[in-house]
Amino acid sequence: MKSVWIIAKKELRAYFTSPIAYVVMTVFLVLTGFFFYSLVWWFNSQSMQAAQNPYYAQQMNINQMVFGPLFNNMSIILLLVLPLLTMRLFAEEKKIGTEELLMTSPVGVGQIILGKFLASLLVVAAMLALTAIPAIFTFLYGNPETAPILNGYLGLFLMAAAFLAVGLFFSSLTENQIVAAVLTFGALLLFWVLNWASGSASGFWKSILNYVSFFQHFDNATQGILDTTDLIYYASFAFFGLFLTHSVIQSRRWR
Amino acid sequence: MIAVEHLVKRYGDLVAVQDLSFTVEEGRIWGLLGPNAAGKTTTMRILTGFLPASEGKASVGGFDVFEKAETVKRILGYLPENPPLYPDQTVTEYLGFVADLKKVPSGKKKDAVARAVKATGLESVKGRLIKNISRGYKQRVGLAQALVHDPKVLILDEPTIGLDPAQIREIRGLIQSLRGERTIILSTHILAEVTQTCDGVVIINEGRLKASGSLAALTASVEHKDGVALKLRRSADEAAAALVMIPGVEKAVREDDGIRVEWKPGADLREEVTRLVVEKGFGLLEMRPITMNIEDLYLKIVSGGVEQ
Repeated sequence: MKSVWIIAKKELRAYFTSPIAYVVMTVFLVLTGFFFYSLVWWFNSQSMQAAQNPYYAQQMNINQMVFGPLFNNMSIILLLVLPLLTMRLFAEEKKIGTEELLMTSPVGVGQIILGKFLASLLVVAAMLALTAIPAIFTFLYGNPETAPILNGYLGLFLMAAAFLAVGLFFSSLTENQIVAAVLTFGALLLFWVLNWASGSASGFWKSILNYVSFFQHFDNATQGILDTTDLIYYASFAFFGLFLTHSVIQSRRWR
Repeated sequence: MIAVEHLVKRYGDLVAVQDLSFTVEEGRIWGLLGPNAAGKTTTMRILTGFLPASEGKASVGGFDVFEKAETVKRILGYLPENPPLYPDQTVTEYLGFVADLKKVPSGKKKDAVARAVKATGLESVKGRLIKNISRGYKQRVGLAQALVHDPKVLILDEPTIGLDPAQIREIRGLIQSLRGERTIILSTHILAEVTQTCDGVVIINEGRLKASGSLAALTASVEHKDGVALKLRRSADEAAAALVMIPGVEKAVREDDGIRVEWKPGADLREEVTRLVVEKGFGLLEMRPITMNIEDLYLKIVSGGVEQ
């Protein structure tokens, strides 16, 4: 466990001594802020209209009208920026030759992978935590429900974990960071839209395509629903990504 | 301390190391010598546990490098051909990270780093980012990295490559200063490195063992001649004919702009040769001894001359 933390600490330092973490966090926060602002502005104008219509006023729900779409947008921004957080994790070690240092140290491959995963996860956690600041204002001027928001954040965090694991896997395949980022982005996007193909499929294949797609699982989270199926889905996705990374690194040594 | 038995490493169809066996005793500095692509780096990578062997066994400090990989990695310091440095870390930061990786207890970490910095003469650059220091210093940081956990065994892959002559001398001196308590294997394709720093040598070519042993033993094993190279002002052909008549002289031939005179090892005919040259008035300009030098030996061994 200590070894995992040693690796994580080194990666965190690398994130924050290079521009990567700052750029990724800034882009994410600016875009999230913009979406939040637009959604609140739209909700505000809807509220004005609803004031004249008592029936419509009952339908107004800040959780569904602001946070639901916001989480959806955030998940897409994560899909765009997270490949940039994971691209260098293994690719760079290989390129500059430090892989030899890591692999000849009394630290297991699994611990190295977990350390790197943990570091990227902490950056994402910090990034998500910062988006909570504007959300606080909705509590000051309105009365949203807390539980669905927390569920939404948990869903985002778990989804990010799955994204990061996929990114780690692609980073372990190449020594070129750009290649790692592009492959990660492509794979994530494919998994995202896989359920579109379910329209033309039927029966067993339809349910498989729907299950495998990110989109289907995140839909629940934006509604504030936390289903164990989704939790298991994200956890197994992350686990599978890390497992593949482990296999890649081990197998390269045997070739 | 280090034992390699019938080691084989294949990359697909390519055989990088073929049936390699040698041992290095504790406290010795041993050179792994061979031309480029001879299998030196592969051998070292197997010893450090970075690569598994296809066949055969290797052990360090009595522990099998494959079965007891973690134990071996703790007692071993390794400097790969390209020092494994993180350019965005400072020297101290980097050495601290390596100390953590090598499981130096956190109480002793500061001392360990300070000791490695001192041993490798890095005091003046220890606060600087690694990307901003010179090639020579980077090589030293690489060496400091291999030393930070006070390993019993050091494996250095081409420790002086890419350095200028002054830096090469410094690094060699540094390696010499580590002699004694540590067992060191260093690889090189430079002969002078072996003659100046090593107690013994393993010569490999195309993945095969060509020779191994102490330097003196190896030199003695090769058939060699003693003699002198002469440079004369006049009548070189005539001189050669006269010199070969001296009892004991086996050969006297024109060579470049002089004459090479050879006799059996042990015999010393310098006096006789000089007397003849002076008496006949050939005009002696220069006389220097020829011995079988390490370079000839190496070339002979690598080209397949000697099997032990």
